[in-house]
Amino acid sequence: MIRSGGTSLALTALVLALAALLPLAGSPYWQSIGISIAMFAVLTTSWALFSGPTHYISLATAAFFGVGSYTTGMGIELLPYWCLPPIAGVLGAAMAALVGLATLRLSGVYFVIFTLGLAELVRQIIIWFQNFSGQKGLYVLTKITEAQIYWQLLGLAALVYLAGWAIGRSRLGFALRIIGDDEQVARHSGINTARAKVALFMISGAAAAVVGAILAPRYVYIEPATAFTPMLSFQVVIMALLGGTGRLWGPVVGVIPFTFLWEAISSSFPNQTTLLLGVCFLVIVYVLPRGFVGLIEAVRRRVAAREGVA
Amino acid sequence: MTGAPPTLSLRGATKRFGGLVAVNALDFDVAEHEVMGLIGPNGSGKSTTLNLISGALGCTAGTIALRGVPIHRLAPQDIARRGVARTFQLVRLLPSMSVLDNVRAGAVFGHRRRWGDDAEAQAMRMLELVGLGRRAQAPVGQLTYIDTKRVELARALAGDPKVLLLDEWLAGLNPTELQEGIALIRRLRDEGRTIVLVEHVMDAIRSLCDRCVVMSSGTKIAEGTPQQVLADPEVIRAYLGDDDA
Repeated sequence: MIRSGGTSLALTALVLALAALLPLAGSPYWQSIGISIAMFAVLTTSWALFSGPTHYISLATAAFFGVGSYTTGMGIELLPYWCLPPIAGVLGAAMAALVGLATLRLSGVYFVIFTLGLAELVRQIIIWFQNFSGQKGLYVLTKITEAQIYWQLLGLAALVYLAGWAIGRSRLGFALRIIGDDEQVARHSGINTARAKVALFMISGAAAAVVGAILAPRYVYIEPATAFTPMLSFQVVIMALLGGTGRLWGPVVGVIPFTFLWEAISSSFPNQTTLLLGVCFLVIVYVLPRGFVGLIEAVRRRVAAREGVA
Repeated sequence: MTGAPPTLSLRGATKRFGGLVAVNALDFDVAEHEVMGLIGPNGSGKSTTLNLISGALGCTAGTIALRGVPIHRLAPQDIARRGVARTFQLVRLLPSMSVLDNVRAGAVFGHRRRWGDDAEAQAMRMLELVGLGRRAQAPVGQLTYIDTKRVELARALAGDPKVLLLDEWLAGLNPTELQEGIALIRRLRDEGRTIVLVEHVMDAIRSLCDRCVVMSSGTKIAEGTPQQVLADPEVIRAYLGDDDA
């Protein structure tokens, strides 16, 4: 598991290269679906990098995403676009470091609540600032096309997978698995648990902020209520759990079906989306507690056992 | 003896929980290659003392030094890195991992840090040492009770600690397992490891310990060879009460 890697890297590169051909098909509908999938692929995979091994459920995705969107929104008048996503990444990492140092010493539930509150906190701060400037939102007017946004997201996805692959083979990845199993054993084995958790939370927060920065031009007009919507944080958790967090490729297995399901829900029942999101959550947790990854591995084990008998 | 500081040295080590003094101004030294037994009735503060040494709890007062360097203000992970490894009174394994990965955790992050093949080879050596070489790939959920204890011991040993703390490592074993367990710890002793063990099993204390510290209600009441302390009237009174002394 730790040693194999060359083939999975090559496979991931191939899938991403094929995915990069999508805009050439020229259908705006598929382009839009592709952006959703690429966006959630990055958000869920980077979320699972941290929350998968440590079992700390973070609801801070919207906070990082919103900070990223606002980085582009406020910076686009001042700086060339290409330097904004990296700045968003740095801001996201810095915010994750602050939040992490303050909260990761807390046990699970307190962490969940704090991260949920974080998006709201940042949103209120921005609203408060806007009371001085008199603005309600920001226009993000660029010449960036949908296809370019899609390709940037794919590039970011490649980076996140590479980072996840490297972490999985590193001491840091091993340390996080130990922390997830038993934090006290981790500490007494010589692991600086706070540092390991903060490091991963920073990577996860930076990725979400960069996604926000890349997507801001697509929304054209951003305001606090949409940039920091808590719905986003919950969607990420649900998709990651649907896929399964035990493997690097797990979350994306949940993203693809869920994106289509979400399309169907929001076009057929536009007024009941939150309710149906909640129902999906319950069904997933009851029926597939370990996600598609758990299901696939259970089937694989059963097949292997049967071959062993035969 | 020589001028070198003892491997482990406690001076006035004290732990208070509110009004309760769990460990009261405890002094003792552990020399290199020595096996020190920490004994006493239930609730006398033995496990708390181990928790103070390993950093699980902070000292209210006093100092603890490892080869002359104070460690009592450090976090558990820093104490572990400096060379204090421990097992837990209630066995703590990493449930999602194989036996080998459990031990690798100690080899990768302990006092002497290894990585890759080196860490794996070290983990295998430790598993052979505790007699679990053939179960390396087994999930820890399938192990018998004594085998879980062996895994925990191997994990603690894998980082080449300067001091090994064993918290009732022999407790809960059946008579056959107990003989195996004592033989295993004697092997560690013969390798020249420095060990502090909290133990109730008197056979083990007599056959394994160079010296013992006896605690009662948080205070040291005797120190010496097992024969000396077990004959001490104060010790007998602590264990059995006034009438029998």
